[in-house]
Amino acid sequence: MPGRESADRKQVTQGRWASMLLLPTLILLAIVIIYPVVNAIIMSFQKDAALNPTTGLFEEGGSAGFSNYSDWLFQQCSGQSCPPGTLGSQFWSSMGTTFFFAVVTVALETVIGFWMAIIMARVFRGRSAVRAAVLVPWAIPTAVTAKLWFFIFAFEGIANKLFGTQILWTGSEWPAKWAIIISDVWKTTPFMALLILAGLQLIPDEVYEAAKVDGASTWQRFTQITLPLVRPALMVAVLFRALDALRMFDLPYIMTQGANNTSTLSILVVDQIRQGFNSAAALSTITFLVIFIVAFIFVRFLGANAVGAATSSGRK
Amino acid sequence: MPVRRKKFDWGQVRTYVSAVVILVWCLAPAYWMIVTAFRDTGFTFDPSIWPTHVTWDNFATVFDENLGNHFGRNLLNSLLVAGVTTIVALVVGVFAAYALARLNFRFKFAVMGFILGASMFPGVAIVTPLFQLFTNIGWMGTYQVLIIPNISFVLPLTVYTLTSFFREMPWELEESARIDGCTQGQAFRKVILPLAAPATFTTAILAFISAWNEFLIASQLSSDSTRTVTVAIAYFAGAQPHQEPYTAVMAAGTIVTVPLVILVLVFQRKIVAGLTAGAVK
Repeated sequence: MPGRESADRKQVTQGRWASMLLLPTLILLAIVIIYPVVNAIIMSFQKDAALNPTTGLFEEGGSAGFSNYSDWLFQQCSGQSCPPGTLGSQFWSSMGTTFFFAVVTVALETVIGFWMAIIMARVFRGRSAVRAAVLVPWAIPTAVTAKLWFFIFAFEGIANKLFGTQILWTGSEWPAKWAIIISDVWKTTPFMALLILAGLQLIPDEVYEAAKVDGASTWQRFTQITLPLVRPALMVAVLFRALDALRMFDLPYIMTQGANNTSTLSILVVDQIRQGFNSAAALSTITFLVIFIVAFIFVRFLGANAVGAATSSGRK
Repeated sequence: MPVRRKKFDWGQVRTYVSAVVILVWCLAPAYWMIVTAFRDTGFTFDPSIWPTHVTWDNFATVFDENLGNHFGRNLLNSLLVAGVTTIVALVVGVFAAYALARLNFRFKFAVMGFILGASMFPGVAIVTPLFQLFTNIGWMGTYQVLIIPNISFVLPLTVYTLTSFFREMPWELEESARIDGCTQGQAFRKVILPLAAPATFTTAILAFISAWNEFLIASQLSSDSTRTVTVAIAYFAGAQPHQEPYTAVMAAGTIVTVPLVILVLVFQRKIVAGLTAGAVK
C-alpha cells in the first residue's frame, strides 16, 4: 500500500532528524556524566597511595579489588578497625544521618506543601501575592539560605530570643539536626507546594460538587477524591525531593561542616577526596547506588512514573 | 427556600489566616536577612524587627579587598559561569527537546529516561574523577572546570522543561507553513522558533537560577580567581578576625538574592509554569 510505505519513510526521516537533534545533548551528557562515572568505578578498584601496614613501605597504586568498598562497609582503616573520629568510622552514621534527613524533610515538606497547595488553590483576594511569596525561598541560593539560618540559629540569634531558649543550635547533635531540617523545609517546601498545586488544578470542580451533593464530608472529599487524583503528581514530587534530599550537601556543609553527627554521605565523599581519590570514588559509587536503589523502589513499587509523566502527553 | 444572608464566612477567615501564616513563614527569614544587612556590626543581634542603627558599612566590607574579600570578582565569575552554562544548555537543549516533543522515533522512551536519570544524578558521584582529571591535565583554576560539570546539572533540566513546553505548542502552524512551500528547516526557523521564544526564555531563567546556585562543584574545583559567589559567601572574612561576620554575610546574601527575587517575582507566572510543567502534565 502506498500510504503505508510513505508512513514508513516518514518514520525513517523522523528517526534521522531525531538522532541529529539529540546527538549534541547525548554527547555532552556522555562526557559530563557517563565518563566521570565510569572513571569513578575504575578508580574505586585501585589502591590509594598509603603506607602498607605489613611491610611498612609507602606504596602507590595497584589493584585494590573490593577492599575500598569493604573498608567503608566494615569500617576498616589499613587492615584494622577505624578509630573513632576518622572518616572511615563515619560511614554508617553518615548513612543514617542521610536517610534521617531525607525521611524527615520529605515527610514534613509533603504535609506542609499539601496544606500550602490547598490554601493556594482556594479563591481569595491576594492569592497571587501568596503564590509569588512562596517563590522567594526557592529563589534564594542554598548557600545563602544556609548562612541565613546559621545566623537565625546563632546563640544570640532571633530563634533563641523569640522562644526564650538558650540552645547552642549548631553546637550539639539534635539541635543541629533540627536546625538543618528546618532550613531545608523552609527552602524546598514551596517547590513541593507548587507541584501539588499543579496536580490539584487538574481535578475538575464537578467532581467535588457531585461529592458534595452526595453528602460527602470535607474529610471524605479529601481522602476519597483529592488524595487519589493528586497521587500521580504527588508521587513524582516526592520522588524528586527524596532523591534531592539523599544527596544533600550545601546546607549541612555550610551550617555545621558535618560536625555533631550531621555529616551526610555527600559531605563524607568531599571530606575524603583529599585523603584518597580512590576510596572517595568507592564511597561516591556507593552513594550513587543507594540513590539509584531508592529511585528504583519508588518507580517499581510505589508507582511514581516519572518517565511516563514526561513522555505521555495529550498528543502522540 | 428562604434566602438567608450569610453573616460571617468562617471558611474565608480561616483561608486568610492561613495565607498570612504562609506569607510570614516564607518572607520573614528573607526580611530578617535584609534588615541585618543594614545593621551596624555592634547591633548584629538587635531583636527589633524594624531596621535600627542603619548603615551601608556592611556592603563596603563585602567589597573590601583589604579584608581579602573579592566580591566584585566573585559576582563576575558567577555571571560568567552561570551565563555560559545557561547558553550552552539552552542551545543544545532546544534541539533535543524539539526532537522529543515533536518526532516519532525508536528509543524515545529510553532517551527520555536517560535524560531524566541524569537530572537525578548525585553530584558527588562525578566530583572525585573530575577533580583527579582536571588536576592531571592542569585545568585547575580555569573556568571550564566549573562550567562543564555545571552543564551536566542544568542540561537535563533544560531539555525536560522545554520538552513539556513544546508539546503544548500549536504545531499545525508548522505544517501549514510547509504546505505553503517552506522547507522543514525554514518552517522551524520562521514559525516555530518565534513561537517557542517565551518558553525558551522561561527555561533560561530556570537554568540560570540553577547554575547560579551551584555550590558543590564550585566549592571543590574553584580557585581564588574563579571563586563564585555561593562559595565566597560560605567562606566570608569579616572586619574582625575569628568572628563570624554576620552582618557582612547578610549584606552579601542580600546582593546575591535581591536581583534573583525581583527576576522571579516579575516572571512569577512563567516560572511556576516552568517548574511544574514536566512533573505534573
